[in-house]
Amino acid sequence: MINFKSITCSEANEICNKAQYNEASLLEKVKLTVHISLCKVCSLYSKQNKILTQTFKHKAADCKIHRHTLNDEEKKKFEEELKKHFK
Amino acid sequence: MNKATQNNTLAPHLWIDSYADYLYNYAVARVNDTDLAKDLVQETFFAGLKSSKNFQGKSTERTWLISILKRKVIDYYRKINSKKGQAEVRMSFYDSGDNEGDWIEERVPQSWKNETEKDIENEELKSQIDICIDNLPEKYAVVFRMKTILEIETEDICKELEITSSNLWVMIHRARTQLRSCMEQNWFNK
Repeated sequence: MINFKSITCSEANEICNKAQYNEASLLEKVKLTVHISLCKVCSLYSKQNKILTQTFKHKAADCKIHRHTLNDEEKKKFEEELKKHFK
Repeated sequence: MNKATQNNTLAPHLWIDSYADYLYNYAVARVNDTDLAKDLVQETFFAGLKSSKNFQGKSTERTWLISILKRKVIDYYRKINSKKGQAEVRMSFYDSGDNEGDWIEERVPQSWKNETEKDIENEELKSQIDICIDNLPEKYAVVFRMKTILEIETEDICKELEITSSNLWVMIHRARTQLRSCMEQNWFNK
């Protein structure tokens, strides 16, 4: 019998994850679309994955604004360590 | 451009003021641990001083220092990658037998109760994401953060960590699988 799903759920999810970054190939996308249209669980997974991607994007935007810096005390400690090391 | 780079010589006495924050920010973004990041920056300065005679002035001082730090990050990454006995991610699929590649019943995704779009700006949601990322095995967390939070190109991550792209996608897949169930339990279906 022909397997209409053509790929396993596990493979479908792998493609789905790649697709979240727009990096799935055309063939992979076709396989995924076919699989999702026939598999309820993976269809739900795919829908939820998109929601996760949105939340991660907001997180990424947040992190771009925030830069990590050292305070004066920490820098001073660095300087002392360097001096100690190379007397 | 400062004097040091024009003369093709280094000016270590200016390093901390000029580059500490830059290097630190780079390190924190990758290892997500402030103490570890400080250590890596410190080691970078030490290594830089130690090998300062190798500096040929072909690149700027900053580029030269960041290349040393990148090496330190790779070393760290190799170390966590080879750690034995690290808990493997429990995947959601049967990996052998007749059911290979099918969902394990008890791991099937559940419908989410709170998946409303307005929640997306929620600060608590963002900290829950952090908690779930921190729960990942460190090697997956590093790759996931670089790809998803720092939004670095696949090719660049592979170069930076010296891994293949198929390797990267396997880790992204595992990270996201684990994150999905962590977020489901602690946020969407709480």
